[in-house]
Amino acid sequence: MAGVLQHQADGVILEGVRKAYGAVLALDGVDLRAAPHEVIAIVGPSGCGKSTLLELVCGLARPDGGRVLAPPAALMPQRDGLLPWLSALDNAALARRVAGDAKAVARAAAHEHFAAFGLAGFERARPAELSGGMRQRVAFLRTLLAGRPVLCLDEPFAALDALTRAQAQAWLADAMAREPRTVLLVTHDVEEAALLADRIVLLAARPGRVVATLDASALPRPRARSDSAVVELRERALELLGVDAPLAGSAS
Amino acid sequence: MIAPAAPSSHRARVVIAPALVILALLVAWELVVRAGLVNALLLPAPTDVAASLWDDRGLLAPALATTTWEVLIGLAAALALGAGLAVAMHLAPLLDHALRPLVIGSQAVPLPVIAPLIVLIGGFGLAPKVVIIALICFFPVTINVADGLRSSDADARKLLRSLDASRWQRLRLLEAPSALPSAFTGAKVAAAVAVIGAVFAEWSGSDSGLGHLLLTANGQLASARAFAATVLLFAEAIVLYAAFAALERRVVSWIPRANA
Repeated sequence: MAGVLQHQADGVILEGVRKAYGAVLALDGVDLRAAPHEVIAIVGPSGCGKSTLLELVCGLARPDGGRVLAPPAALMPQRDGLLPWLSALDNAALARRVAGDAKAVARAAAHEHFAAFGLAGFERARPAELSGGMRQRVAFLRTLLAGRPVLCLDEPFAALDALTRAQAQAWLADAMAREPRTVLLVTHDVEEAALLADRIVLLAARPGRVVATLDASALPRPRARSDSAVVELRERALELLGVDAPLAGSAS
Repeated sequence: MIAPAAPSSHRARVVIAPALVILALLVAWELVVRAGLVNALLLPAPTDVAASLWDDRGLLAPALATTTWEVLIGLAAALALGAGLAVAMHLAPLLDHALRPLVIGSQAVPLPVIAPLIVLIGGFGLAPKVVIIALICFFPVTINVADGLRSSDADARKLLRSLDASRWQRLRLLEAPSALPSAFTGAKVAAAVAVIGAVFAEWSGSDSGLGHLLLTANGQLASARAFAATVLLFAEAIVLYAAFAALERRVVSWIPRANA
């Protein structure tokens, strides 16, 4: 039992993970641990292998080196992945249907959450009739209903406008408080990471590797983007990523 | 997408514009023939064709019924076989590699070569016509359905794989619905060529149908009747196409259309 890897149920462990696509090294020696019900934000520039990391955790790809230990994980793909011919209710219920539930049972399970996610009245709407924010909520609900201990969210709000994104971050924080899960949240938005995560893992690009890990578990919740601790965390992360935060610096 | 225009102006564009074009062509045609610029035995005037449509209705109506029956059964066979073959090729890539050259090549075999052979085996009845029509029509169905099955959204594919969906579930929940729009494209193309297929099939050996009537009318220099039969074939292709287009609008209701 005293092995290097003490795998806690519902936790995620990546150790020395390497993944290459042909000649391109996507991830090189990535170590990452997520405790049960911990929210980990994975932040980095494009091309740092963030999506690859989630694919490894979800079992969609195998590492070329190192180990990935994770319980079953549900993926929320970058674009919502909603099926345009299904209603919002049936899209949310998709994971249950795939798991073998009867249609009525799966729909009932999805419908229980519709009000809490602000989707009441839109059960029959097709994805094309929903706003961007609503589509993300349906996609998240579908991910949640997969009933898996780990959620892998791949830049869930990247396509939303700033205002909708702020609202989306708020409902995601609410949802995580109601239904705690182990969450790997990939984002390129440092502020989003500071608002939502217990820990922030910063990746560098080509090859993707961990540059730093910031602990945010001490920050009280709910958080606001104007909280000094949130602002401080955001600036610290930007600094570590090599972005000089104050634009004023260029004026002198 | 376009702004929802008033329905009447939309109808005007869809119905009146093509009607005007056809009317103008008919008038020009009538004038050319009346002026004696072409021999009326070679090219009958539209009014003569219209007269034949009515006068020869005793010959034309049963011929139309025969050909329509051939086309409907042949088309149904092509849709079932074509879609079935496409799904099989999609599920078994080896089968795809093995059969695709044959499927494409089947379209290059000239019908006059193969049709008499089929008639020789199948006789003068319905069966050889259905085989010939299905042979012509299955290609657009197979290719379009096969391509449609492969065109599913990458994120949705990833999602279903992460949910450990079975092969059957991926086909039923994602790939088959994704393939529907292009399947309808294949069906519409097939509907248009099915009518030609029926004529060729009847030319290879038959004692009824519009194709057969065309042959005998030509033999008797009854060119107005031959053109009347052609008008019916023309109309049949359009009606079939329109029927599939209408069905498509009902079934593939999730795609917003600018031009429904």
